[in-house]
Amino acid sequence: MAAINITNVSKIYAGGVEAVKSVSIDIADGEFIVLVGPSGCGKSTLLRMVAGLEAISKGTVEIGDRVINDVEPAERDIAMVFQNYALYPHMTVYNNLAYGLKNRGTPKAEIDARVAEAARMLEIEQYLSRKPRALSGGQRQRVAMGRAIVRKPAAFLFDEPLSNLDAKLRVSMRGEIKQLQKRLGTTSLYVTHDQLEAMTLADRLVVLNGGQIEQIGKPLDVYHTPASTFVASFIGSPAMNLLRGTRDGNQLHFGSQVLDLGRAPAFPGQVTVGIRAEDLRIATPGEQALTLKVDYIEELGAQRLVHGTIDGKKLTASLSPEIEIGETMPLTIAPERLHFFDADTGKRLAQPFAVSEGKRVERLEIAGA
Amino acid sequence: MTNTPSSSAMSATLAAPAAGGPWGLFGRRKSASKPPEETDAKRVQFNSRLLPYLFLAPQMAIIFVFFYWPSVQAIHSSFYLEDPFGFGSTFVGLANYTDVLKSGEYLGIARFTAVFTALVTFFSLAIGLLLAVKADGVIRGNATYKTLLIWVYAIAPPVAGLMGMMMFDQHIGPLVKFAAFFGWDLKVGLNYNDTAFAMIVVSVWKQIPYNFIFFLSGLQGIPVSVREAALMDCRSGFRRFWTVILPLLAPTAFFLLIINTTYALFDTFGVIDVMVKDKAANNPITLVYKVYMDGFRGNDLGGSSAQSVILMIIVFVLTIFQFRFIERRVHYN
Ligand SMILES: Nc1ncnc2c1ncn2[C@@H]1O[C@H](COP(=O)(O)OP(=O)(O)OP(=O)(O)O)[C@@H](O)[C@H]1O
Ligand SMILES: [Mg+2]
Repeated sequence: MAAINITNVSKIYAGGVEAVKSVSIDIADGEFIVLVGPSGCGKSTLLRMVAGLEAISKGTVEIGDRVINDVEPAERDIAMVFQNYALYPHMTVYNNLAYGLKNRGTPKAEIDARVAEAARMLEIEQYLSRKPRALSGGQRQRVAMGRAIVRKPAAFLFDEPLSNLDAKLRVSMRGEIKQLQKRLGTTSLYVTHDQLEAMTLADRLVVLNGGQIEQIGKPLDVYHTPASTFVASFIGSPAMNLLRGTRDGNQLHFGSQVLDLGRAPAFPGQVTVGIRAEDLRIATPGEQALTLKVDYIEELGAQRLVHGTIDGKKLTASLSPEIEIGETMPLTIAPERLHFFDADTGKRLAQPFAVSEGKRVERLEIAGA
Repeated sequence: MTNTPSSSAMSATLAAPAAGGPWGLFGRRKSASKPPEETDAKRVQFNSRLLPYLFLAPQMAIIFVFFYWPSVQAIHSSFYLEDPFGFGSTFVGLANYTDVLKSGEYLGIARFTAVFTALVTFFSLAIGLLLAVKADGVIRGNATYKTLLIWVYAIAPPVAGLMGMMMFDQHIGPLVKFAAFFGWDLKVGLNYNDTAFAMIVVSVWKQIPYNFIFFLSGLQGIPVSVREAALMDCRSGFRRFWTVILPLLAPTAFFLLIINTTYALFDTFGVIDVMVKDKAANNPITLVYKVYMDGFRGNDLGGSSAQSVILMIIVFVLTIFQFRFIERRVHYN
């Protein structure tokens, strides 16, 4: 077990593609960090640099106070779980687990004990003598986990380990991984493009975009205080509504529609306004409201997503299924629940109504800002 | 507002179709384990019962005309003593076989053939594998290199054979001059050991491109992630090769073992022919060449047929042995 310090790490592939741009992350001992971002944002590249499967172009990676830039992958004291499991097809499950230990000269008795322990933890005891081809996808996944666990490494690296499983299994494995990691207390770096997986697993999230860190923070902090429009639209489902708004005194204009803020906010005239679908509510009669022209409805059971437009711009509201849906609906939102972003850079602007927000959300760290 | 971010997001994920599914990746890539469905999908349905046999017919006809028919002929004539001048033949039972097997010369040739086959097979496999492993490290993902190297297969064997023989030419052969530099008076075609040496070298040389290509494509078929997993599990490259790469290459190696054994036994005829230039007297030859010598030079059709039948039996036994004892240890995906 060890801390991992990634300092100003860049990756420039042959041909000049800069896949990772000066990324710094300090991972505490035992912490579960999830790298999340859209396809091609450099998550795997960053992980593979930590693993030693990709050379580090610039910067340093330290695992437990040891700079490992030039250390062989097998000597870095890490274990990796691959997306397609990468089990050795010619070895039995037992040998798949034991292989790394054998190569490190671990005594036979200890190998036996460790394999047995890992197999028990992952409930794969009855498959130990099988070859991987005789296992289901979920079982292979467990074996791949087992191969990482038996080594008792300083850190686990995961590259989308669940993306080959079906939706249901993915949810249950997600829970198991989280539990296992808490129990073993092993520092983990986990890559996924699934924001939900990221939210549920992470102690801290790292949102990557185009090779750069957009935001680092606890899942709920990132959710409630996205550092940019990119994070706002990436984290959370349905995605946060982002609308162009113009300030006019106490009022916020969305085209022809107006929302009264109660007092004048301190930011430039043009902003991007972020609205979480679940923060919208039906306006009481007489209250000032935005008029949503309803296009269609998505039933999710516990709530109902109402998709429509205000002044021609798309907006999604998450409402209780008890509420009757008309052709148009009057919606409103508490001003302190609004998010404001710079209209040009997309960076978050300080919340002008921060008094109540401060109660709800702790301070967060914004990287690179 | 009872809606929490994770619950609304979870339902959205559940609603989306599972991207790819567990087999998605295995199906697309040449990967460790193919699902059984894959093979089933390839099964073709014929409307007519006759059609499949019709498709097989040309192949069967060729096998029949060029293999079964001559084999039957050979077995038949191995029991007869053929008159050298073509005036009929006499049934002699197993006399041809006993003559052959009692002949010291024949047993000597058999011994040489065994050594020759073992050496040629071993070295052409080993060198082909070595080159393939080296090339694989360089060309991983580089299509241009790969194409260039695969050309070797298209042009090399006949040209390589010719070049190999020229290397050992008594007058202009650079290898002969090279040997002379070290005081070795290399006399191919005159000295038994020198000829054997040259025969092995040229035979190996000719077969390397073939093995190289098969090993290379075998290596390229090993999933990258499995190699990477091994990289994290095992520090020594040599050990990784023995414990992960080679076992995964075993099906290719086994196929090549059979092909190369057959090659060393039969297809080296041309090389031997050029080297000994019909003066087999003091030179090493293999069993196949002996069949040719006795049958076509010595006009002993019966004896030569008996030798062919013995050869057939040897190959048969060898192949059975290889399949029974080696193939079992081979891992197929
Ligand atoms: N070997 C390579 N040579 C050049 N460019 C590469 C190479 N590997 C990856 N890239 C580029 O680097 C960028 C980041 O790739 P990476 O695999 O890290 O993405 P990712 O975030 O893991 O995406 P995904 O979610 O699709 O796996 C991509 O634009 C990709 O095209
Ligand atoms: Mg990736």
